[in-house]
Amino acid sequence: MGRLNVSLCGIEIDNPVIPSSGTFGYGYEYAELYDINVLGTFSFKGTTKDSRFGNPTPRIAECYSGMINAVGLQNPGVDAVISEELPKLKTCFDKKVMANIGGFSVDEYVYTAQKLDECEQVGWLEVNISCPNVHGGGMSFGTSPSAAAEVTSKVKAATKKPLIIKLSPNVTDIVSIAKACEDAGADGISMINTMLGMRIDLRKKKPIIANKMGGFSGPAIFPVALRMVYQVYEAVKIPIIGMGGISNAEDVIEMMLAGATAVQVGTANLIDPLACKNIIDDLEKTMDKYGIKNIKDVIGGAHNG
Amino acid sequence: MKQVIFKIASNLPLTETVYRMELVGDSEGITCGQFVNIKIDGLFLRRPISVYDVSTDSLTIVYKVVGQGTEKLCEMKKGDELDILTCLGNGYSLDFEGENALLIGGGVGVPPLYYLAKQLLKKGKKVSAILGFNTKAEVFGEEDFKALGVDVTVTTADGSYGIKGFVTDALPEYDYYYFTCGPEPMLKAVYKNAKGDGQFSFEERMGCGFGACMGCSHKTVKGYKRVCKDGPVFKKEEILWED
Repeated sequence: MGRLNVSLCGIEIDNPVIPSSGTFGYGYEYAELYDINVLGTFSFKGTTKDSRFGNPTPRIAECYSGMINAVGLQNPGVDAVISEELPKLKTCFDKKVMANIGGFSVDEYVYTAQKLDECEQVGWLEVNISCPNVHGGGMSFGTSPSAAAEVTSKVKAATKKPLIIKLSPNVTDIVSIAKACEDAGADGISMINTMLGMRIDLRKKKPIIANKMGGFSGPAIFPVALRMVYQVYEAVKIPIIGMGGISNAEDVIEMMLAGATAVQVGTANLIDPLACKNIIDDLEKTMDKYGIKNIKDVIGGAHNG
Repeated sequence: MKQVIFKIASNLPLTETVYRMELVGDSEGITCGQFVNIKIDGLFLRRPISVYDVSTDSLTIVYKVVGQGTEKLCEMKKGDELDILTCLGNGYSLDFEGENALLIGGGVGVPPLYYLAKQLLKKGKKVSAILGFNTKAEVFGEEDFKALGVDVTVTTADGSYGIKGFVTDALPEYDYYYFTCGPEPMLKAVYKNAKGDGQFSFEERMGCGFGACMGCSHKTVKGYKRVCKDGPVFKKEEILWED
């Protein structure tokens, strides 16, 4: 057992650093640059029942210390993910992957979850009830405790794998939604998805993004994510995967002190494709700097006393 | 994809808004039509810029100052360093039937055609180029292409230099295979008016530039393609215009 090990919903992972869904494709783009087996695991691109193109372009806008995306869950559909993407991933990744699932109805979430439940490569299901970029689903399940609970309990009944629910920060009270998911059988919470934002092009005097609004991510949202993880940690017993702007080993420790058992790194991968590898490489010496023996000892540490 | 630190050897204006930057560093593996993605201090996203010319230990880009990123880039000096992702994208394929290659570039669509011209000439092809600009003051690259032995025609929209009109007004009568890069209205006009087959290089707002974020996807005849990874170059038969 190394200093970096953590247990995530019953599965031991070598370190708590997990690239987040939508920033890591199905893994192999990054495998060109480094051995992605150094990761704890990663969460693959949000997958839906049917193939989706997503939203029209432009889908990307830059912000101070962050970016907005409005991709809208582009993916090849669950059948193609299982028949094409997972076999390709197997050639460069030996560990269990986290399967991220999107949907537009409870039945769709259940359908996709059942299919991925049968995949031996999949360790966890991460259900996205928080995508700000799709209508008639996505985030609408994540903004009401009762809808979040319904998705959670129905998907839970359809899978034997640990079920993690990914929450939206675009709500009045994220704690009540996290508790509703826990009560409905969730094995873990991941948070936060992107914050709804927009930019306007001064020359054209119109929104930069074709879909007008999109999900704001990057270091700018770190304090918001940290605060929400801190609040949810006080209310639930299930593990939390903290994310939102994490860019270095110190951010990882800070997020874990707030209550995260593991972290996801998203936008940083897009700017520096080696970000996760560098964070993992830096983690032990950063722990030394702050007198931390084992990373799991810091989980929720900021709540003591 | 490779991540390389380059040192600026020169960064000089070619026109009022177009600059040529020579960078020293490991450029091995870059093929024609690919692009690089440059980290610029103070800005969050990298800036994708097409490759003008390559040798094993140097890289030349020609870029137009159009926004915050290129404004910062044009102020950089000899000796400054840049963190650059190289070998990005699926560039031009050099395989085609026939002897005549026609390069059709508009404005900042001209740069990726230069290294392509070199490669085509190396293969023994006869290379001609039509380079289109708005006005005489914006013309660049003509002498570079000529020095390679390329037969160059310049068009300007206002007629202040070369042939008056657009690149499509200078298309030749003989049979050719074409390679094009430029603003989308120009690409559409080339698609409609040029004879035979060709390859098109597209532009899109990108997040990562290496295929991970799906920010820059286009619909094509062969399904959804990422401009940064499956493109930026697409063959004519793959293209699906959306409007």
